[in-house]
Amino acid sequence: MKRWIAIWNILKKDMKAYYLKPPNISWGLIFPLAWTGMYFIRSGGGLEGVLELLPGVTAISILFGTTSMLAVTVTFEKKNRSFDRLLLSPIPLELLMLAKTAGAILFGIVNSFVPILIAAFLTDLSGAAWSAAVPAILLCAVVSTLLGLSIATAVSEVFEAQTISNFFRFPMLFLCGLFFPIEQLPVFLRPLSYALPLTYGADILHGAFSGANVMSYALDFSILVLFCAALFALSLFSIRRRWIL
Amino acid sequence: MSNPDKAEPRYTTTPAIAVEGLSKRFGSVQAVAGVDFEVSRGEFFGFLGPNGAGKTTTINMLTGLARPDAGTICIAGVDYTKQPKAAQRLIGVVGDESNLYPELTGFENLCFCAALYGMRKKKRLARAGELLEMFGLKEAADRKFGGYSRGMKRKLTIAAGIIHDPQILFLDEPTTGLDVASARQIRQLIADLHRAGTTIFLTTHYIEEAERLCERIAFIVDGRIIRTDTIASLLQPLQGKQVMLFEVERDGRTLCGKLAAAFDNLAFDAFSDGRIRAEAAGPVPVGPLVRFIEEQGVTVLEARRQQPSLEDIFVKITGIETDALQREKEKPGGSA
Repeated sequence: MKRWIAIWNILKKDMKAYYLKPPNISWGLIFPLAWTGMYFIRSGGGLEGVLELLPGVTAISILFGTTSMLAVTVTFEKKNRSFDRLLLSPIPLELLMLAKTAGAILFGIVNSFVPILIAAFLTDLSGAAWSAAVPAILLCAVVSTLLGLSIATAVSEVFEAQTISNFFRFPMLFLCGLFFPIEQLPVFLRPLSYALPLTYGADILHGAFSGANVMSYALDFSILVLFCAALFALSLFSIRRRWIL
Repeated sequence: MSNPDKAEPRYTTTPAIAVEGLSKRFGSVQAVAGVDFEVSRGEFFGFLGPNGAGKTTTINMLTGLARPDAGTICIAGVDYTKQPKAAQRLIGVVGDESNLYPELTGFENLCFCAALYGMRKKKRLARAGELLEMFGLKEAADRKFGGYSRGMKRKLTIAAGIIHDPQILFLDEPTTGLDVASARQIRQLIADLHRAGTTIFLTTHYIEEAERLCERIAFIVDGRIIRTDTIASLLQPLQGKQVMLFEVERDGRTLCGKLAAAFDNLAFDAFSDGRIRAEAAGPVPVGPLVRFIEEQGVTVLEARRQQPSLEDIFVKITGIETDALQREKEKPGGSA
């Protein structure tokens, strides 16, 4: 019970100090809107393309929202040494990191619903398989957050975290099948696509919104869970090795 | 989370801190080399040493922010290597920087720190209010920490360190960079905490601060403890001694040999900044000394009597000039 008091208050503090700040809220709104606008301008198509576009926009909203915040909530706090206060508290490191990532996961989930709400006004979403979409959104938020965490714990400066995040994020826009199928990629790039977690999240979302999944849901979910476990273990290893010297 | 009530009571014979063979290496640098010491329950223990001596590395190992390469640490009977989180529950830590959250108010910061120790809301609010009152920060309770003055930040950081009423409080350079009035207030608060029964482990480069507050001191140089003793025992050799400090216009070290040869009943220490310290078992012959120095073609700028202090002992034991120690410490990023 006492641990949960600590975890809840870490989450509440991060929400107040970081996530509910207007610039961060606007990040969640502006990014999906910009991508949606860009798509319509580029394709010149009508609203029938919304369902095709929605999985990709949802996935990048989660990816950019979560990875950007971890650089602040973890790297910045480590830099100004307020993170030491958490390391000195009697909370196991695993729970501490879950508390620190919970805010980013929630932020990612909320971000994902911005394009979905917009889409709901533009097209009929009644055919969507929410039983697959909702867990996929959750797992995409978790895996993206943990990807951000593993980067944030491997560097010392906020700008390093942002720069390294971009090395992963921007290629993922094109390699993970968000806006065009992986089969259209050059053959030599395809193995890289399958080494990226968002490929599996995006595949479930394509299946949930337009039935266009390539792999089975079971395989997608299993691989996403494995990525989550591996990235969490990597982050803990990184903290123990780099921050508890 | 371990229950602090299950830990040993505050007043037992088990040492508050017991360290044996503690070592830590960073690459080719041996930061701490086989350090041993014990701190009794309720004791005020000082850890003195120059920049890079291994003070902060030691404190980091004692608090769980660094992993020892070798050695054992017991905090109030709890083996730190086996139960680090149980040990962390018994300690409060005030680092050398005021590292609370700038975007939270003073009151919110204390409530948050209390929550980290699993305190329930009603208790958190009461304890935060009590500490704000105790540290004279009640008026600033609703102001953001980022807007506090340096002294206020330091006070709130110490308040955060004792929010859970720890048995042992680690203080790393608590008054560095503060104005005289704030430093004085903080020393008073620390002394009050000690009187209330808290074991205090203090690192400082202000020797007079250690002399005024601590009961026992360890001197650490190059990662090794070279002396641990009570203030009274450390000062014992100075009983009845008289000290004169001369300031001359050039490097005092050039005269040291000649002075020692001419005045064999006096002991001399000379420094590059022109200071020469003369120590005797009885009165120091000021006139002959001034005449002798001036005969060497060196002008004496000032001569003053000095009360023998822990600083003299520190210089004798470590061979480090205290002014140099202070200057070194005040460099940006200078933290041992």
